[in-house]
Amino acid sequence: MSRIDVNKTYKLFIGGAFPRSESGRVYEIKGANKKFIANPAQASRKDLRDAVVAAKSAVSGWANATAFNRGQILYRIAEIMQGRSEQFADEICLLEGVSNKVAKLQVDEAIDTWVWYSGWCDKLFSISGSQNQVSGPFYNFTTPEALGVVAVFAESKPSLIGVVRTLAPVIAAGNSAVVIASESYPLSAITLGEVLATSDLPAGVVNILTGKSSELAPWVGSHMEIDGVDVAGLSKKQEEELKLVGADNLKRIHRFATANNPERILSFMEHKTIWHPIGI
Amino acid sequence: MSNFEYASAPESKAIANISDSYGLFIGGKFVDPRKGKSFETINPATEEVLSKIGYADKLDIDLAVKSARSAFTKVWSKTPAKERGKYLYRIARILQERAREFAVVETLDNGKPIRESRDTDIPLAAAHFFYHAGWADKLEYAGFGNKPKPVGVVGQIIPWNFPLLMLAWKIAPALAAGNTVVLKPAETTPLTALLFAQVCQQAGLPDGVVNIVTGDGITGAALVNHPDINKIAFTGSTEVGKAIARSISATNKSATLELGGKAANLIFEDAAIDEAVEGIVNGIFFNQGHVCCAGSRLLVQENVADEILEKLKARMSLIRIGDPMDKNTDLGAINSKEQLKRIHEISKSGDAEGANRWSPECKLPSKGYWYPPTIFTGVSQSHRIAREEIFGPVLSVLTFRTPAEGIEKANNTMYGLSAGIWSDKGAKVLWAAKQLKAGVIWSNTFNKFDPASPFGGYKESGWGREGGRHGLSGYLKSDVKASK
Repeated sequence: MSRIDVNKTYKLFIGGAFPRSESGRVYEIKGANKKFIANPAQASRKDLRDAVVAAKSAVSGWANATAFNRGQILYRIAEIMQGRSEQFADEICLLEGVSNKVAKLQVDEAIDTWVWYSGWCDKLFSISGSQNQVSGPFYNFTTPEALGVVAVFAESKPSLIGVVRTLAPVIAAGNSAVVIASESYPLSAITLGEVLATSDLPAGVVNILTGKSSELAPWVGSHMEIDGVDVAGLSKKQEEELKLVGADNLKRIHRFATANNPERILSFMEHKTIWHPIGI
Repeated sequence: MSNFEYASAPESKAIANISDSYGLFIGGKFVDPRKGKSFETINPATEEVLSKIGYADKLDIDLAVKSARSAFTKVWSKTPAKERGKYLYRIARILQERAREFAVVETLDNGKPIRESRDTDIPLAAAHFFYHAGWADKLEYAGFGNKPKPVGVVGQIIPWNFPLLMLAWKIAPALAAGNTVVLKPAETTPLTALLFAQVCQQAGLPDGVVNIVTGDGITGAALVNHPDINKIAFTGSTEVGKAIARSISATNKSATLELGGKAANLIFEDAAIDEAVEGIVNGIFFNQGHVCCAGSRLLVQENVADEILEKLKARMSLIRIGDPMDKNTDLGAINSKEQLKRIHEISKSGDAEGANRWSPECKLPSKGYWYPPTIFTGVSQSHRIAREEIFGPVLSVLTFRTPAEGIEKANNTMYGLSAGIWSDKGAKVLWAAKQLKAGVIWSNTFNKFDPASPFGGYKESGWGREGGRHGLSGYLKSDVKASK
């Protein structure tokens, strides 16, 4: 008899730990070949709230870490992913039904995306800050800073790129993130959680939920401690509904058309302008 | 204090040629509203009627938007950037030429002291046009892509606290970036916007590039909901800002929102006390406290609180309240009966919730709308007067023991527009500035504005920035964002 594989239990990633959904719910994921792959957790509203609590408590430490430090940790994520690229590729093949070659290209691109955003961390002031020439004896300057807690609805396919492309800019900015993985293609997101847990990223900076985005989206929209949302993985209709309730705390809600761009980072930052008199 | 009595020095009304009535400014001409409705605008210091103003409804808004759209596609988008800039320079220069007239009309319509309209509102409005004029043909260097494109037709809604200045904040960057606009001034302060329409005519600005529609909240809602508007720029209350965010949630319209505030003004023990007291007074009593970024929550470190309060009260006793047209006046009229009612209502909650009210002895004029400079001590964070925007000359005083507690209290608000820091220790000032969750931080100064300086809030104080390089982005199409 051939050896029986030890299959992974796909769980949530909240506050640096891997809990099951408090609701006890799971849903079935089948591969491109229609065969059973896993029963990932179906996160509830309570799981979302727990994730926001974790994200909120991590935000000040992460936002106030030096940009160099944040950049190194994003780079570290790329390093750890590189070592596990086989695993990512296998999951992508299984779920998306693409060839191993295509899957590997996706993994490579995801790793390079982390490297690209890593390099942005300490250049944001240079491209988006300014010293302003006001008409008077004042030193006046503007710098971007992290928004706070940002929810990310990951794009479904390509499934790994879909998470990394949306998540990396959010945390490069110094925000904490709550990722809602693609409902149909969640495996890469969960495995990414395992990478993040071992990349020196402080617990709570990234939290990953799997489940039904249609169920979670309204709760994301109305949660008063969520400051921004990338709606990449939502339909136009869901986006509109989320914007309607998101107006209650004037969430910054964005959908991007371009893959990698610093505007993805800066859209989830606030600009602060400081005045100080000059004189003796 | 008899040594410091001032002889009155009234500015003349003669320079203000206010017409008996004004129509809407659509397509470069003043036209009557379709349904012929109008409303009165009054001088809040005397309750005298100044003029009859056309009331724009949905039909008029539609005409204004059509005029703006046609000007955008046929004229403005084809006007070379360099020439666009020159129109803005012209406008800036005409505003400077007519500055005295504008200041007088602003003060009559708004109730603010002539000294403020003369020295702040009008010069800053002109400066705003001059600054943005220079951007018009340099947008590709602003860092928003090599070929920045205008958004299109912009609907703009402005408040009554700085009527012409808010108009300038809206129209100058919009036009510089190549957009055309339909602007609705506030119901109680339409006059300088209508005067500005004449400036557009004098500048030879192509018809329809700027349209001014007067009316109330219903007029504003019609503008927000017009299907052919690409972007909304709004300054006003957080409540209305949220309503706008909801009404555009299922559209492709973008928005910048400059909303309310409840700014903390933090006085540390090592502050230069006399300067800080001046800063507190300027922070809350400038423009009768009708300022979204007013320093309306004073947070004083406990060991200097007594000294600060004593000096603050002495200073407040010297505030001259009365005729806004008098060049000596510090505190003018409250802009409207409605606003006065609101100030009374929230202030009374301060009494009811157990805070201690103090105002200097002062005689208020018998006609018009007035409120004395007022402070509340013994305020706790849960009091309404510590949480809600009063938009009047009312200051809530709280204390803190450690810098960390000061920051914690300062950030304990849904707003995040501005904040003040007073300390003579450089490292502490920068530390505090970093901790404060607000878009504009005034350290050892307060209520400073400049066209080159981005302005705008965190959290529920709004979306986006106005002024500076950052303010341009709201008027340019992003090729990175979808559905914009």
